[in-house]
Amino acid sequence: MQRLEGVRQMNSTKTESFGILTRELAQEIDKTINHYRSNSTKLVGILLDIQDIIPKQYIPREVAAYVSEKMNIPLSKIYDVISFYAALSDVPRADYVIQLCDSVVCKVTGNTTLRDTISQLLGIKEQESTPDGKYWLEYTPCFGACDISPAMRINGKVFGHLTTQDSVKAVLDQYR
Amino acid sequence: MKNIKIKIDNIEVIVPEGTTILEAAKKVNINIPHLCYHPDQAIKANCRLCVVDVSGSRKLTAACSSFVYEGMEVHTNTKKVRDMQKGILELILANHDQDCLKCLRNGNCELQALCQRFNISKTNLVDTVDALPLDDTNPSLIRDSAKCVKCNRCVDACQKVQEVHVLTHSHRSVHYNITPAYEMPLEQTFCVFCGQCAAVCPVGAIVEKDDTAKVWDAIYDPKKHVIVQVAPAVRVALGDAFNLPKGTIVTGKMVAALRRLGFDKIFDTNFTADLTIMEEGNELIQRLTKGGTLPMITSCSPGWINFIEGRYDHLLAHLSSCKSPQQMFGALSKSYYPEMAGMDPKNVYTVSIMPCTAKKYEAQRPEMMTNGVAEVDAVLTTRELARMIQSAGIDFVALEEDQFDNPFGIGTGAGAIFGATGGVMEAALRTAYEVITGKGLPSLNFTEVRGLSGIKESIVLIDDMELKVAVAHGLGNAKILLKQIEKGESPYAFIEIMACPGGCIGGGGQPIKSTRDVKEKRIEAIYKIDEDLPLRKSHKNPDILKLYDNYLGEPLGHKSHQLLHTHYHSRGMKYNFSELPNHK
Ligand code: SF4
Ligand code: SF4
Ligand code: SF4
Ligand code: FES
Ligand code: FES
Repeated sequence: MQRLEGVRQMNSTKTESFGILTRELAQEIDKTINHYRSNSTKLVGILLDIQDIIPKQYIPREVAAYVSEKMNIPLSKIYDVISFYAALSDVPRADYVIQLCDSVVCKVTGNTTLRDTISQLLGIKEQESTPDGKYWLEYTPCFGACDISPAMRINGKVFGHLTTQDSVKAVLDQYR
Repeated sequence: MKNIKIKIDNIEVIVPEGTTILEAAKKVNINIPHLCYHPDQAIKANCRLCVVDVSGSRKLTAACSSFVYEGMEVHTNTKKVRDMQKGILELILANHDQDCLKCLRNGNCELQALCQRFNISKTNLVDTVDALPLDDTNPSLIRDSAKCVKCNRCVDACQKVQEVHVLTHSHRSVHYNITPAYEMPLEQTFCVFCGQCAAVCPVGAIVEKDDTAKVWDAIYDPKKHVIVQVAPAVRVALGDAFNLPKGTIVTGKMVAALRRLGFDKIFDTNFTADLTIMEEGNELIQRLTKGGTLPMITSCSPGWINFIEGRYDHLLAHLSSCKSPQQMFGALSKSYYPEMAGMDPKNVYTVSIMPCTAKKYEAQRPEMMTNGVAEVDAVLTTRELARMIQSAGIDFVALEEDQFDNPFGIGTGAGAIFGATGGVMEAALRTAYEVITGKGLPSLNFTEVRGLSGIKESIVLIDDMELKVAVAHGLGNAKILLKQIEKGESPYAFIEIMACPGGCIGGGGQPIKSTRDVKEKRIEAIYKIDEDLPLRKSHKNPDILKLYDNYLGEPLGHKSHQLLHTHYHSRGMKYNFSELPNHK
């Protein structure tokens, strides 16, 4: 009966099973929130810390909903924050998140070689991950490594002077 | 407050301090273009369409967010201003699905009107409509982000007025969007389908799900006996769509129009509003005298029901078990009515005209069935009815007044005031007082529960019992009363809650531009209808008494329970974090 379909569909989507949020992860999240004394003005910091301990480095919906309930902040507000900050992701990234700086200094010192080499070696473009879920490529604003530019970050670690293909390859080789 | 004298386009205007340029200009009938500005909302100043030239300022100034100062000189029509406004409109259009002919807001769209005003027919920028998928999987609303101008009015309604916090802005720059968290479709969020977002959207980006085609099909089907009920709040709003003064009472013309459209019988939801009072009033008396969960809260607003079933499901015991007047009508239309007329309930097709988008959702609830068929087959909002009348080429204003049909045609004043916030409370008190005391009320008007303040309360003396009652409209206000209950601090015995600000007269399905001023006029009209009726108490409605005598027996009796009451239950929208899996 067509009239009931819409409503049935609605009720079936309620509490989807938890794929990522385990009891252990929830405890870690509790610790983080307590560490920041559940201060809602520290939401960005809290989310960054949580993202670090989630595989593929993102904030899935169930985790955002958990934080929402624990901190009494609407889910939509948390999503607004996650989607606003480049350092936070609402979609799964990868084991290794490669961040290329696209600010002025790096542009001047030539980050195109850097970008092309990575795209070539890994076969991914910006905002994409490799099919095996290992690498993710994205641009960020300047992260303060201008003195050693062109620079990139992998899982938060900074590498500089990446002017040649070989230097780029050498860094990637450390992340296999 | 100090008065300030300024000049707008060389016209002098004196306004109180703290007035914006945009509002000052309105006073002298200068309409500065705007999109994000809404008279009932806080200043957002994100569309920049309202820019004007203020003498002495090098940059253009946003008129919606700048306050007047003594001696200010404003120009709204310079080349610089117009070029800027045109430029902004062209940018919006370049990212807009220009689908006017098929759009529900065609002819009633603020963007369309602005483009007409600036004589923009097509932009020479390359169109790049980059939008989220259409969200049309729920029974009430359709969200089409390809038409969204990102003004944030809906976000204001959803977050600040309703405090449901479903809609938000997300992402940045080119990816900036208006959406629920994680781009979820509305039915997978806490959305209550109140439609307050649709009511403030300047364009066709959030609209009611249009069911007019379904209703036309039923009307043209010779096998179907098509009946229609009209909610109390529709008759004071429908006239807006035909340019009648706001708050005009159009009951008679509305009935005439429905007859012209081809409905077989035209009935009044006010009748089942009276019936609701009989059942709900007696339920209250029972809870008061025999013990039961207090405060008891009304259950006629489906947006409110969705809210409590979603977010506050731990308080469900406080809800009255009554169905809403729409569903009570529906239940009778598939039982009593066909039995009296010797018809098969399957051949009766029941349509409701409602001020409300959540009513569409309510009608599709699986439990709202009687005799194996849906109680209500189709729900049209006031806006959809207006469209049907227009599409049939009916000259609404010229229609001769007509009258509702029997047996559901008589509604009392008590039923009529259901349309305004505080109305159900007042109607219930009129009946509860007389039923409990056996005495006539000295005055029928409980004026303390009327009007637009967010929460209203009153103390009523019934014999030697002091009955504390409260009324909230808009879910943000409802939350305040719910928090009291949660803490065990609610002093009330009876609470009325309506999801929409102003009650049903401000429903999400009412004609566009139902601003606060308009709501006030509609409320006045509703109480005028009440004053003018010979019968103003539900328990004095002769047809209601007949219905109990011939069919239902008594209020809260067996038959009533079967047809007129239901079980409200959790929507199961909350995550249950107490059952997390262990790490594998
Ligand atoms: S929203 Fe307005 S401009 Fe856009 S398609 Fe609809 S009527 Fe046309
Ligand atoms: S219908 Fe109501 S709850 Fe749903 S998104 Fe719109 S304003 Fe929010
Ligand atoms: S959906 Fe409508 S109200 Fe909401 S931001 Fe878009 S255009 Fe504005
Ligand atoms: S500009 Fe690239 S690190 Fe500062
Ligand atoms: S109306 Fe002033 S900025 Fe939108």
